[in-house]
Amino acid sequence: MSPRESGIGNRESERREPGTGNRAGVRHIALRGGRVLDPSQRIDATGDLILADGKVESFETAAGAAYGDDYEVVDCSGLVVAPGFIDVHCHLREPGREDVETIATGARAAAVGGFTAVCAMPNTQPVTDNQAAVGFVLRQGQAANAARVHPIGAISLGQEGKSLAEFGEMVGAGAVAVSDDGRPVASAHLMRTALEYARTFGIPVADHCEEPTLAAGGAMNEGLVSARLGLKGIPSEAEEIMVIRDILLARRTGGHVHLCHLSTKGSVELIRWGKERGIRVTAEACPHHLSLTEDAVDGYNTNAKMNPPLRTPEDVEAVREAVRDGTIDLVATDHAPHHYDEKEREFADAPNGIVGLETALAVVNTWLVKPGIIDLATLVDRMSISPARTFNLPGGSLRRGSIADVTVFDATREWKVDPAKFVSKGRNSPYGGHTLHGRVMCTIVGGKIVHRASG
Amino acid sequence: MAAKPTTVLDSRALARTLRRMADEIVELFDGVDNLIFVGIQRRGVQLSDRLADILDEREQVKVPRGSLDITLYRDDLQTVGPRPVVGPTKLPWDLKGKRVLIVDDVLHTGRTVRAALDELADFGRPSRIALAVLVDRGGRELPIHADIVGKRVDVAPSDRVDVLVSELDGSDGVVLVRREDAA
Amino acid sequence: MTTPLGKDLLALEPLTPEQIRLILDTAEPFKEISERAIKKVPTLRGSTIVNLFFEASTRTRVSFEFAEKRLSADTVNVTASGSSVSKGETLVDTARNLEAMRIDMVVIRHSASGAAQFLAERIESNVINAGDGTHEHPTQGLLDLLTLRDRFGSLEGRRVCICGDVLHSRVARSNIWGLKKMGAIVGVCGPRSLLPNAIADLGVEVFDRIEAAIEWAEALNILRLQLERMQAGYIPSLREYNRVFGVTRERLERAPRDVLILHPGPMNRGVEIDSDVADGPHSVILDQVTNGVAVRMAVLYLLAGGAPELADAAKGGSDR
Repeated sequence: MSPRESGIGNRESERREPGTGNRAGVRHIALRGGRVLDPSQRIDATGDLILADGKVESFETAAGAAYGDDYEVVDCSGLVVAPGFIDVHCHLREPGREDVETIATGARAAAVGGFTAVCAMPNTQPVTDNQAAVGFVLRQGQAANAARVHPIGAISLGQEGKSLAEFGEMVGAGAVAVSDDGRPVASAHLMRTALEYARTFGIPVADHCEEPTLAAGGAMNEGLVSARLGLKGIPSEAEEIMVIRDILLARRTGGHVHLCHLSTKGSVELIRWGKERGIRVTAEACPHHLSLTEDAVDGYNTNAKMNPPLRTPEDVEAVREAVRDGTIDLVATDHAPHHYDEKEREFADAPNGIVGLETALAVVNTWLVKPGIIDLATLVDRMSISPARTFNLPGGSLRRGSIADVTVFDATREWKVDPAKFVSKGRNSPYGGHTLHGRVMCTIVGGKIVHRASG
Repeated sequence: MAAKPTTVLDSRALARTLRRMADEIVELFDGVDNLIFVGIQRRGVQLSDRLADILDEREQVKVPRGSLDITLYRDDLQTVGPRPVVGPTKLPWDLKGKRVLIVDDVLHTGRTVRAALDELADFGRPSRIALAVLVDRGGRELPIHADIVGKRVDVAPSDRVDVLVSELDGSDGVVLVRREDAA
Repeated sequence: MTTPLGKDLLALEPLTPEQIRLILDTAEPFKEISERAIKKVPTLRGSTIVNLFFEASTRTRVSFEFAEKRLSADTVNVTASGSSVSKGETLVDTARNLEAMRIDMVVIRHSASGAAQFLAERIESNVINAGDGTHEHPTQGLLDLLTLRDRFGSLEGRRVCICGDVLHSRVARSNIWGLKKMGAIVGVCGPRSLLPNAIADLGVEVFDRIEAAIEWAEALNILRLQLERMQAGYIPSLREYNRVFGVTRERLERAPRDVLILHPGPMNRGVEIDSDVADGPHSVILDQVTNGVAVRMAVLYLLAGGAPELADAAKGGSDR
């Protein structure tokens, strides 16, 4: 019997789906008159998308269809209807730091941001490195009744980088990948073993690329700004050294390495090198590395402090181009809520990270789509189709029979970011006060509306 | 709106006045023994120098000349608005037992002299301090009086009396500037 | 009331040359007060100033204390421990408590870059940065400028080289900004591992060898090799540092001109500077200390009041 048939190593979350909970008795949703944009089928046309019993039933282009009482009709004229966005990298802080986020508040924040599914990183307290912990995260996510939550398990026990966690048990409990994110995998030997062992279960190993001795004590990108501000810098080589290391190990092992939050021009060049050689490397970039540079730190703004740090304009340009040409496969948020008190500190002492679930679409739209660097179809690919494919998750398509995870958004709507109004408990965003373009109007998970924008 | 300035003393009259004041100084102190002139920044310094020069010429005696900037002793620093520039103070003597003549250009409210007295106290204890001013325009707010006065003028509170010295202003004289509206 | 300096003195980088000149000019008359028998003027009588030192420092704190007391201010010294993360009150709470006590001015020294700005943004009192992490030490930069200006007459076009651990030095950064704004030509000299990678982008000449720096410079500002800041591994040993980079009498004798010697102190004699240089005829190190009190008095005076009239203030309007 293959591991899949025996039940060990299957993805538990595939079997269960959130129940439909729309208007009582309603099991159909008609998303009417929107621009249905599904690059997985090469569809870009106006029409009605019909969802039934938690699945995509059909796509009707004929106008003026009538719907009966058992249909909930959502008017999508002027809006884009896309396969649900998936965030493969976020931190939901539960268990351990429920004061800054819970799985429930995080899943709701994700829904507000248009995400129908998120993958929760395991650097919780205690670390999610065993089947019981993974099961806990999965069940908390289901109870939230918002975006789906796919747990990611740790690579090593306690994320200490010494011995492997039980990948098989974790996958059986619902883990979709393994990662020690928060920390790098400092030992090349451990990374190699993880890549080999993960092959058994068909899951990616996601690495936070940071060479610890080069980066130690650093608070921002090493460069002219760090020299002026008197802050210890993290050189771009700290990321690039681990990027090439992981690519070479992926080549040696045949495993799938997924490189988290890439931020430098050098990293992009190395990924290209790896992909040209057919190595199984995938990569993600975060909205902040596509929109902000190290200058955002000026004035010691702790809401511009994250790891990897904001880089130079040349780096930002290279990462944008890589998102455009697919060298970087997908956009992930690295949503990292922190308590106000923790960020209200001397810069060097403040923790790394910013929230991102509720601003991701708007940031990518404002900084990449609006200036014409990518089109909306590419945005949908990088935020939905590619994440689903890379992590082998359900969704990422509006093909007939797919799960009814849909994101409806207005690509032109302007809005001013007010962190005080975030659904997430975290307020640490550098975009506070910015006017952005693009807003999620409706999020549907498994045929159930989990978010509807007011006004 | 400022009207045209009226000349109170032209340069010749000013020179005459200073000569007379020098005579009065010698009379007041009964000679120049143990006497130091201290001019108040800024124009008091130039006037003090002129008086000392006159004494040097007439009596063949060199009276030591000091200068005093009273900015840091002003009683209105918190409310004067813009921070005034602080000029140099040169008083390289212990004033204990000495006789001091303060020299200033215009005596009005008396607050400048009060500040000067406070500052002099930090340099020692003179046996006598006297005050010589070129112009006394009245309007005292403190019980201060000048021992030697060059000219008394009677002006409205909103008028300005300016002393000009060639070293700073290009010419010598005393002018009165009447103001139509309050200063 | 606003001054041309604003509410706080946090750094030299944002100041204009006019503002720097104003501070240096204002410092001149304050030097004389320290020569008097009674070293006190009543200017800041009734003001309360807190010296908030999170890092140990005798020299700077005492200098500020003298400056404050000579202006007749009431001073309180608070030595607080470490950073917010370790024991004790957070910087935010410290700020709020000070404000609640109606302090007029705070002089802060802290180990985190940006700490002075952090405080200044949260309290209404004037804040003076006495050194924040590796960012800036503006009053030290100013007193160095004053010392050089006294000797040179003008800083325009003068070649000044900063020697040592520039990477970790807030004195170096303040000097670089201050000197450049006054028109001087700035150089740095040290092992590359102790110079910021982007140093050339700051607009300074870089010398890899001390001999080249000495040949080029009209003044050397020699930085203390900061043992307490160095993470291991930037240089192999103090011995080698002295042999390769130490400013010694022999090296100075080979200079084509007399080179002024400055050092912010405290000195590691025999490491970055030899004793006969520190005590030698071209050393202005003690002048720096004297000027330090005058500069700090000038800064306190300027921050505590309004913008200076550039003329006629001493002449006075109706207020004679």
